[in-house]
Amino acid sequence: MSSSNAEVEAFVDKKYKHGWVTDIESDTFPPGLDENVIRAISARKGEPQFMLEWRLKAFETWKQMAEPEWAHVDYPKIDYQAISYFSAPKSDADKPKSLDEVDPKLLETYDKLGIPLHERARLAGVAVDAVFDSVSVTTTFRDKLAEAGVIFCSFSEAVREHPELVQKYLGSVVPRSDNYFAALNSAVFSDGSFVYIPKGVRCPMELSTYFRINELNTGQFERTLIVADEGSHVSYLEGCTAPMRDENQLHAAVVELVALEGAEIKYSTVQNWYPGDENGKGGIYNFVTKRGDCRGDDSKISWTQVETGSAITWKYPSCILRGKNTVGEFYSVAVTNNLQQADTGTKMIHIGEGSTSTIVSKGISAGRANQSYRGLVKVLPQAKGARNYTQCDSLLIGKECGAHTFPYMEVRNASAKVEHEATTSRIADDQLFYCRQRGISEEDAVNLIVNGFCKDVFRELPMEFAVEAQALLNVSLEGAVG
Amino acid sequence: MALLDINDLHARVAGTDILKGLSLSVNAGEVHAIMGPNGSGKSTLANVLAGRDDYEVTAGGATLDGTDLLDMEPEERAHAGVFLAFQYPVEIPGVNNTYLLRAALNAVRAARGQEEISAVDFMKLAREKMKAMEMDAGFLNRGVNEGFSGGEKKRNEVFQMSVLEPRLCVLDETDSGLDIDALKVVAEGVNALRSPDRAFVLVTHYQRLLDYIEPDFVHVLAGGRIIRSGDKSLALELEARGYDWVLEEAAA
Repeated sequence: MSSSNAEVEAFVDKKYKHGWVTDIESDTFPPGLDENVIRAISARKGEPQFMLEWRLKAFETWKQMAEPEWAHVDYPKIDYQAISYFSAPKSDADKPKSLDEVDPKLLETYDKLGIPLHERARLAGVAVDAVFDSVSVTTTFRDKLAEAGVIFCSFSEAVREHPELVQKYLGSVVPRSDNYFAALNSAVFSDGSFVYIPKGVRCPMELSTYFRINELNTGQFERTLIVADEGSHVSYLEGCTAPMRDENQLHAAVVELVALEGAEIKYSTVQNWYPGDENGKGGIYNFVTKRGDCRGDDSKISWTQVETGSAITWKYPSCILRGKNTVGEFYSVAVTNNLQQADTGTKMIHIGEGSTSTIVSKGISAGRANQSYRGLVKVLPQAKGARNYTQCDSLLIGKECGAHTFPYMEVRNASAKVEHEATTSRIADDQLFYCRQRGISEEDAVNLIVNGFCKDVFRELPMEFAVEAQALLNVSLEGAVG
Repeated sequence: MALLDINDLHARVAGTDILKGLSLSVNAGEVHAIMGPNGSGKSTLANVLAGRDDYEVTAGGATLDGTDLLDMEPEERAHAGVFLAFQYPVEIPGVNNTYLLRAALNAVRAARGQEEISAVDFMKLAREKMKAMEMDAGFLNRGVNEGFSGGEKKRNEVFQMSVLEPRLCVLDETDSGLDIDALKVVAEGVNALRSPDRAFVLVTHYQRLLDYIEPDFVHVLAGGRIIRSGDKSLALELEARGYDWVLEEAAA
C-alpha cells in the first residue's frame, strides 16, 4: 500500500500543471534535474515514503556540494541539467531483431572473447524473445537461493518487498552526503541489486548480476546493497567481460557492503564499458563509490577488480575495518589504453583491534593513457596491532603513457605495522625480442608479459572469471605495441 | 644449396659500422665456430641473423634455404627454424617458463601447419628434455629466467632449443659465465641435437667450448669480416698463439 501512497503524494506535490510533469508516463524523462524529477522517479518506481524522503534529502545535500577536482583526470564539465534521469526499458520493437543487425565490430569482439553464441544476443541487446532461453536458468537459480533463505533481487524490488532491511542498511556505509557523486546517486538512483544473506548461511552459489531479474537500462545510477548477517558467506560477481551496449555517458554507482560478525563478502568486478575511440571520444565516465563495512568482529571483505573500460574511471573500493580482527582486501588490475584515464585505488580504515588489510594494485598503461593509484591506509588510535601490506605495481607499454602513485598513510597507533612496496616497469624491448625470437608474435608477447604481471590478482578471481579476464586484457591491449 | 648463406653483409649499430663485408656459407649438418677478439662483430652477427631491431643492415644479404632472411620479422625467422641462444637471456617476471615455451612451440608448429600440442603431451616432452639437461623439474614453474643463475639461464636456452628443434642454431657466447660442469652439460645438450639436417653457428671467444663441441669449421672474425677459416686445428692454434698473428697476416 505504501507504494501507491507515494505515487499519490508525488502527484499531489507536483508544482506545475504543465510542462514535463505531464510526461510522467512517457518512457524517458526530458533532461533536467530538480525536486520534481526526483518525486517522479520515486513515483514511477512505486516507492514508499521513506525512500522518497531519503532521495530528497540527498538532493538537497548534492545541491550544496561542488564537483570534486582533486582526481588526476581531465574531462569537459558535465552539464547535469542536460541529462535525463529516468528512462524506462526500451521496448523490444526498438531493439535489434537479430545479431544480423548488430554492429559487426561488437560481434568481432565477442568472437575474440569466446562468448558463446546465445550470450552474444543478450549482450548486444537483441530483443528478449529472440534470445536463447535464459529464463529457465534464472528460475532454477532463484529457487535454490530461496531454499537457503537468501534474498537476491533488484533494488527496486527490495524497496517494495523488504523495506525494513533497506531502511536499516541503506546509506549506513556510504552516507548520502559522502561525496558529490554518491549524493547524486542517492537522489536519482535507477536500480541495482540487493542481497541479504541470513545468519550462518553460506550462499550456495556465486551471485552474479548476470542472473539478476532486472529491468534493462538501469546502469546509469546503479545502487547495490549487500548485507551478510552473522557468520554468513557470499561471493558476488559484478559486470561482464563482454562490452555492454550502453547509451549513457555518465555513470555514478554506489555499492555498500555490510559484513556482520564473522561474515565474509567477496566482491569481484570486471568492468569493460566503452572506453571511447582512439581519440577518447564517446567513452563512458565512471564515477563510483564502493565501500564495505566490516561491522562485526572477525568479519572480512574482499574487493577484486579488473578494470579495462570507460574513458574515465574514478573509483576507490574501500573497507572500514570496524570490528576486532577484521580483514580487508583489495586486489586490482586496471588497464588504460589510448586516451583512457583512471584514478583508482582504495582506502583501508583500521578501527578495530588486530584488523589487517592487504592491497595489491596492478596498473597497466598503454598508448597515451594516464593512470593513478591513490590509496589511503588509516590506522586509528584504538586499532591496536593493526597491519597493512600494500603492493602497488605499474607497467608501462610504449613511451607516451603515464603512471602515478599517491599513497597516503595515517598511522595513529604505535603498535601498528604498515608496509608499502611500489614498482614501475616498462615492457622492455629486450623482453619482446626474446619472445619473438622464440616464435611468439609481438602482440602475444605483450599479452604473455601482461598476464604474468597480473597473476597475483587473477588468482583472486573466481575461476571462470579469471579466464575471461585474461582474454579481456588481451583484447583491451590490442594494438598497444607497434 | 647451403642452409645459411651470408653474402658481403654490412651492418651498423647506433651509427657505427660493425660488419663490413662478411660472407659465410653453412650447410645442414655442419657446426661452424665463429671466433675473434672482443668487438670484432661476433654478437652483431648473431643479432642480425635473429633480426634484432637496433641492428641496421646497410648492404649485402643472408638467405635461409634460399629465402631472404633479412626481410623476415624475428618471429618469422623463428618459424623458419632460426634459434638464437642469447648471450644474456632476459628475465620476464611472472611469466611461467612452461607457459612461454609451450606458446613458442605452438607458434612454431602453427607456422609449420602442425597441430597444437596438448598440455599433457607438452609436459611429457618438456620433462624428457629437461632430464637431458640435468635440470630440476621445479624449473618449469618458475618465471622465465627469473632469479636464475648465469649457468641456469644458459642451460635454459639449450633446453628451449631442444624443445623447439630449430634448423639453424646460433649460440651467442653460450659458454661465457659457465663453470666446467655446466659447460659440459650444455655441450652435451648441443651434441645431442646435432643431426644431418641441422646446423650450428657457435659464437665464442674461447676455444674451451670447442673441446666439448667439435666444430667442422672455425672462422676468425675481425674488423667485421672473416679473415681466416680452417678446421678445428685453427681453434687450437688460436688458443696457443692468440689472435695477433692472424690479424697481422690478414693485414699483410
